[in-house]
Amino acid sequence: MVNYVWLALILCGAVVAGLRGQVEVVTKAALDGAQLGVKTALSLIGIISFWLGIMRLAEAAGLVRVLARLVRPLTAWLFPDVPRNHPAIGAIVMNLSANMLGLGNAATPMGLVAMRELQKLNPTPDLASPAMCTFLALNTSCLTLVPSTVVGLRAIYGSQDPTAVVGTTICATACGMLSAVVADRILRRVYGHR
Amino acid sequence: MYEVVSEISRWAIPLFILIVPVVAAARGVKVFEAFVEGAEQGFALAIKLIPYLVAMLVAISVFRQSGAMEVMGQFLGPGLARLGFPVEVLPHAILRPLSGGAALGVAAELMKTHGPDSFIGHLVSTMQGASDTTFYVLAVYFGSVGIRRYRYAIVSGLLADFVTLVASVVVVGKVYGTGP
Repeated sequence: MVNYVWLALILCGAVVAGLRGQVEVVTKAALDGAQLGVKTALSLIGIISFWLGIMRLAEAAGLVRVLARLVRPLTAWLFPDVPRNHPAIGAIVMNLSANMLGLGNAATPMGLVAMRELQKLNPTPDLASPAMCTFLALNTSCLTLVPSTVVGLRAIYGSQDPTAVVGTTICATACGMLSAVVADRILRRVYGHR
Repeated sequence: MYEVVSEISRWAIPLFILIVPVVAAARGVKVFEAFVEGAEQGFALAIKLIPYLVAMLVAISVFRQSGAMEVMGQFLGPGLARLGFPVEVLPHAILRPLSGGAALGVAAELMKTHGPDSFIGHLVSTMQGASDTTFYVLAVYFGSVGIRRYRYAIVSGLLADFVTLVASVVVVGKVYGTGP
């Protein structure tokens, strides 16, 4: 699937640029993208290192396991193939909580710890496991309680009530998250038989 | 309500950074050593992301800068307008799963032109807050553990983005009316 999406993006871009008679845009855009990829990865080094250190402490203190135990009823249903109290569950819960509170910087490293733990349970190292797909479906559609960037932006442009959109945002993400869970369940069945 | 939640989010990280080392120390963990042991992996992990991010961002950048998005808008626009979806917001809807920064730029532009308290302003604010940069998240998370085959993760991610989009239009239309 990712192969088709990737190819489609490049193909559409190159064809449109060609038809518009500005093929050189493709070269520039490709190099810009590559540059940005490296910059993004490098700018993550500090944040990731810091949070991996904190997460290691949380694991060593047993906090990740405690958290996993607290939410067991829900996660046992969402992640049937992850053992009870596995550290992956604790990291997943931390990642989703940080996402809900709009703490993107902290959420990513916690999510990467969750992926590392899920990868330990994955029998096929280059193919995503069902648990990973469920986690990423939850993550990308995650309920947002504090859309702080948008609220700030609205204030800058002179909104009478910058936080007015919080309610509509929560409604819309709740629908998205629900559909992600349902879609993940169905797709898990469909792909499971292949 | 919003004030309460945003106050929680302001306190969450500082408290977390305070509580974790204290509890760890109380449980007899050698805190400095354990922290360094964890942080040590940060560099390798970030470097490992490079090929995945480059691949994803190159494709997105070519798609955006070539003007393919405008062409897509011209094709989809008239049909969507009939369904009550304002055409002005379409570039934001297409960009949102691809690039967080670019989508935010479009949102800012729309709010400047139409006003943050207009229907379009409310709609684009909701869309910006309600969904995530799906492609970036997939590239980073799968990249960190070296997974190249995503199974059905893109399908469920994009489907959720689409449902969020439709829900945004419906909810904002109900609450603020469709008139600009």
